[in-house]
Amino acid sequence: MIKIENLHKSYQTGANSLHVLKGLNLNIKEGELVSIMGSSGSGKSTFLNILGILDEADEGKYLLDGVPIKNLSEKKAANYRNKFLGFIFQSFNLIGYKSAIDNVALPLYYQGMKRAERLDRAMQYLEKVGLADWATHLPNQLSGGQKQRIAIARALASDPKVLLADEPTGALDTKTSYEIMNLIQEINDEGKTILVVTHEEDIAEMTKRIVHLRDGVIIKDTPVQQKRALDYV
Amino acid sequence: MFNRDQWDEILESLSSNWFRTIMTAFGVFWGIFILVILLAAGNGLGNGVKSNFSGLATNSMFMWSQPTSISYGGLNKGRRYNFKIGDVDAIKRNVKGLKIVSPRNRLGGFGGDNNVQRGLKKGAFNVYGDYPQIIEQQPMDITAGRFINQIDIDNERKVAVIGYSVVNELYTADEEILGTYVKINGVNFQVIGVYEKKGMRGQDVEEASKEIIVPFSTYGKAFHTGEDVGFMSITADDDHTITELKQEVFDVIKKRHRIAPEDNRAVGNFDLYQQFKKINGLMTTLNAVAYFVGILVLLSGIIGISNIMLIVVKERTNEIGVRRALGATPWSIKSQVLSESIFLTIIAGMAGISFATGVLWIANKYLDQIESDSIMFADPSVGLGAIITALLILVVSGLLAGFIPAQNAIKIKPVDALRTE
Ligand SMILES: Nc1ncnc2c1ncn2[C@@H]1O[C@H](COP(=O)(O)OP(=O)(O)OP(=O)(O)O)[C@@H](O)[C@H]1O
Ligand SMILES: [Mg+2]
Repeated sequence: MIKIENLHKSYQTGANSLHVLKGLNLNIKEGELVSIMGSSGSGKSTFLNILGILDEADEGKYLLDGVPIKNLSEKKAANYRNKFLGFIFQSFNLIGYKSAIDNVALPLYYQGMKRAERLDRAMQYLEKVGLADWATHLPNQLSGGQKQRIAIARALASDPKVLLADEPTGALDTKTSYEIMNLIQEINDEGKTILVVTHEEDIAEMTKRIVHLRDGVIIKDTPVQQKRALDYV
Repeated sequence: MFNRDQWDEILESLSSNWFRTIMTAFGVFWGIFILVILLAAGNGLGNGVKSNFSGLATNSMFMWSQPTSISYGGLNKGRRYNFKIGDVDAIKRNVKGLKIVSPRNRLGGFGGDNNVQRGLKKGAFNVYGDYPQIIEQQPMDITAGRFINQIDIDNERKVAVIGYSVVNELYTADEEILGTYVKINGVNFQVIGVYEKKGMRGQDVEEASKEIIVPFSTYGKAFHTGEDVGFMSITADDDHTITELKQEVFDVIKKRHRIAPEDNRAVGNFDLYQQFKKINGLMTTLNAVAYFVGILVLLSGIIGISNIMLIVVKERTNEIGVRRALGATPWSIKSQVLSESIFLTIIAGMAGISFATGVLWIANKYLDQIESDSIMFADPSVGLGAIITALLILVVSGLLAGFIPAQNAIKIKPVDALRTE
């Protein structure tokens, strides 16, 4: 599903150049649930953003479901993000003046789907994350956990090939974190490929594979015996 | 581009901060309001001035004789002379491009002795000896009966057409007017029509209609003016202006009355066309000033919108990042910002136009009430054309106002946009 070869990325800050990713190689197959770990500043978000086509690598190869991601026009990039990728952020990033259901329907709006159909689809995903009753609520009327569920529903709405989650539980307490991880596991059980960036050991253990990053290189890449989040809530 | 979803998006984001939206819109509201009011005021002034000309054949001049100022052909300067009826034909023959040449005679009038009598009632009125064509040069409405005609001239009929102010002074209400007789300087004339001068407002009509018109031939007989012509009203045709022809007319007169060709005082004239042109020029200038000032005010409104949109875009950087992560193309972001700005501009502009129209409506009502004062201001309004122009200006303004903010909105990379809080 994802194939990375010799990926490099540096940031230019004034006269200095900061080499963040120094030649990553990674293969992720369909249906995998992978966590990416590493200390702060090790380049996890940078890596995930490149995978999400929000940023571009300086060097290296990136194939997403067999499609080479290189020198895309902004329009094409937008199209790929919409079709192939779903994003889950630490700070949820819901649009504050839109109701839950409208937030979930937004990726479908950018697909050009008709309003009625869109809301129908959005409602299905709200049901899936257990928040159908909250459809018309604004984000600021929801708890952190609920917001993240809405965000997950939104990421799923366009039925992407890969979900990318950057510290999805970073802003949540332990109990809520496990609930969110349970939801992510369920979605993975249905076959969706998911990448989760985290620095919490217990969260990483709930995935099926842990990739360790340090100083811009992958130092460890190990499959793990998945712990079911449901056992801890 | 404008489906229901886009509207929803626009309304949603505009209504997410009403106070700011309204403050933003106010600049354009005010700008277009000022523009419309200024244009209307210009129009009102124009209408007021033009109403004094309305119906008047403006391509005309009046011409009268004055004492000569140069001795010539054995005749002393300071000699008085009269236009003769023969001059009319001579002018028509020798000057090409004239439409109407009307010889006229006049006696009496305001401030003079009472010259008209009917039974016991008396009054002082201007009495004119005229040809029928005068009605094409001086606008009037025949409110009863008829105007004088060629047969009246040919038969030297003692008939008169009287202004309605004459009726007010010499007749009691409900009295039959047509067929009655009025005595002008002791001569009886039968009234065949009543008229009202056109194009003048309020009191002017009252004063201007204190007139009586009788056939030119009858006038000559009755008041012993013989072949003499008091003054002439001359109109040029549409291919010429009276201003370019009047010297030729003067030359004909000078030749026939033995006046020095270089004597510029012997023929007095009032060139209506020149006056009209001057006033038109003034109106054009006023309009240009109105546009200039109005558009400057509007421009400051547009800059206001642009400024606020810049702030909005900056504030929404994160939202824009999220939208792009969800698959928004740069164009969809841009068109969102542009349409918000256009929408805001148009709504604010429409409100401004409506408000201005309301103010003008009230002003018009008020002006109608005080119509009697012969103020040089009438019917201040703007035409549909001006409104459509204003709307076009608004759309363009909205585009301009939104352009830089829209450009800013997509300048930042999605990652960086997402990173900003
Ligand atoms: N736009 C940028 N310009 C310059 N330097 C940047 C930029 N983005 C990230 N960096 C630097 O690149 C390095 C990697 O950043 P990144 O956000 O990928 O780390 P991270 O592993 O996600 O850390 P954290 O766990 O704190 O989120 C950091 O040193 C950061 O300061
Ligand atoms: Mg990070």
